[in-house]
Amino acid sequence: MEQVAKYSSVEAVTIPKPRKLNVMSKIAPYLYLTPAMIFFATFVYAPFINTIRMSFCITNLRGEAVKFVGLRNYTETITSPSFLNSLMVTFQFVALIAVPSIIIGLILVLLANNKTKLSRLYELMFSAPMAIASAPAAIIWTMIFHPTNGILNYLVQREVGWLTNPNIAIYSVALVTVWLNIGINFIYLLTGIRNIPEELIESAEVDGAKYFQKLFSITLPMLSPQLFFVFFLNMIMAFQAFSQIRLLTAGGPENTTNVLVHSIYREAFFNGRFEMASVQSLILFVIMLIFTIVQFALEKKLVHYQ
Amino acid sequence: MDSRKVGKVVLVIANIIVGIVIILPLLYALSLSFMPRNEIVQYPPNIFPSVPTFDNYRQAVTAAPLFRFMFNSLLVSISVMLAQIVIGSMTAYGLVFFEFKGKQVLFFLIVATMMIPGEVTIISNYLTVSGWGLNDSYLVLILPFLTSAMGIFMIRQFYLGIPKELQQAAQIDGCGSFMIWWKIVLPISKPIMASLGIYAFISTWNQYLWPLLTINDPDKRTVQVGISMLQFAEGSNYGVVLAGAVIILLPSLIVFGIGQKALVKGMTAGAVKG
Repeated sequence: MEQVAKYSSVEAVTIPKPRKLNVMSKIAPYLYLTPAMIFFATFVYAPFINTIRMSFCITNLRGEAVKFVGLRNYTETITSPSFLNSLMVTFQFVALIAVPSIIIGLILVLLANNKTKLSRLYELMFSAPMAIASAPAAIIWTMIFHPTNGILNYLVQREVGWLTNPNIAIYSVALVTVWLNIGINFIYLLTGIRNIPEELIESAEVDGAKYFQKLFSITLPMLSPQLFFVFFLNMIMAFQAFSQIRLLTAGGPENTTNVLVHSIYREAFFNGRFEMASVQSLILFVIMLIFTIVQFALEKKLVHYQ
Repeated sequence: MDSRKVGKVVLVIANIIVGIVIILPLLYALSLSFMPRNEIVQYPPNIFPSVPTFDNYRQAVTAAPLFRFMFNSLLVSISVMLAQIVIGSMTAYGLVFFEFKGKQVLFFLIVATMMIPGEVTIISNYLTVSGWGLNDSYLVLILPFLTSAMGIFMIRQFYLGIPKELQQAAQIDGCGSFMIWWKIVLPISKPIMASLGIYAFISTWNQYLWPLLTINDPDKRTVQVGISMLQFAEGSNYGVVLAGAVIILLPSLIVFGIGQKALVKGMTAGAVKG
């Protein structure tokens, strides 16, 4: 330390000004990063570690860990029929969201691809669901699904329990979620398709390529990074879905829409079992992590980059 | 008209029709919100109100303090928006314009937070803020959303495109790093700040679970929680509940309508440039 001090004081004598600047510029980047790092430490890393800690303990109603129980919460969770049901419902839900989302998104973006004078209008309509919150969406769809006064049952001329029939409810909730996601999917795919170099398409046109030839030989391969991204984004969003489910069915009927996040919410805030909620949220974390790793691995193999 | 022109017109019409189908639920809600109760429940249903009435809107704002909810949400959304812009810009500036020890590690720690979904930390965060006695305050709605990896990343992508020569030139002119950020970098990054701002505003306005958990005081309630309360309170008074939904949808739809272009640019900045 002394040596360093000596050395710098010598330096300070010879070239005083740049040295001062140097110290500042050494500290500066850390200063810029400090607020964000404090934030992430407090609201992401600390609670994450606390969740792991709680999962190995028994907690009281204030969420304080009172007794270490090892893996007991984990074994209790993975043998609980209710948890296994939630897990199955979650996977079912994810599949019901991701596949239709990508198909609808692709159709919309192919329709809207060419710029016209009215582009701005229908681009706005296609992306509008993005700005819609789950709460008003749930209110509107509850009305649409209403057994006696809803427009849907009038259209099908039957009294379908869209949200109350255990065989149907998950499809109804998925429909609302897919609708809510239309906007964000459309925007990502539209940017992707508009970024395909004009020359590529023009040269194909010169060669006399028909629409579907162009679609399969140029558009789809060039769009594959965005298609891939949107597909996984929708899976991730489906894993995290909560509000619309809470407000449309509250996990019912007969737990057929009780996805993992809803089950976590119930364990923590209805049953006061924070440790079980912690276990379930960590399992959700691991599942999502695996999906993301698979995504990156697959992306390298499947996706065509320019 | 030649066939090319006809094709274009058909395409535009098809787009408009599909667009209307997508926003049909909104139009349905809008139409019903202007109907008296007996018209909503009549069979067969009317598509348009025969005699439009504002009664539902009048009742909605008296049945629940909707304007109070909107004020709360506005206050919180604007605070989060500003914080996201300031902290996001600061952090991105540090990451892009400086070389320093531990930069890779810190950047990794920021990006890694994207891998931890909010659902995993929400219970612990709830217990933390409850322990701090912050429940039922505006602060509790703002603090956990001051910044985000996504916001930092968005601005970082933009900063990466700013030529380094600009900074070097400013340094030669004797500007300190803060002045360079304040006088040069911030003014030219208005578009990306707008994008992040709109994104932060809409997602905060639309938040449901966190305010549901942390706010019990009706005076501090936000719109999304407030509107679901209206739904439970008014139950079968569909018109009133739908009118309330329309009212709280307007601010986010308006912000979206104005800022859509900026929002799209920001959202896709990361995804496209990689």
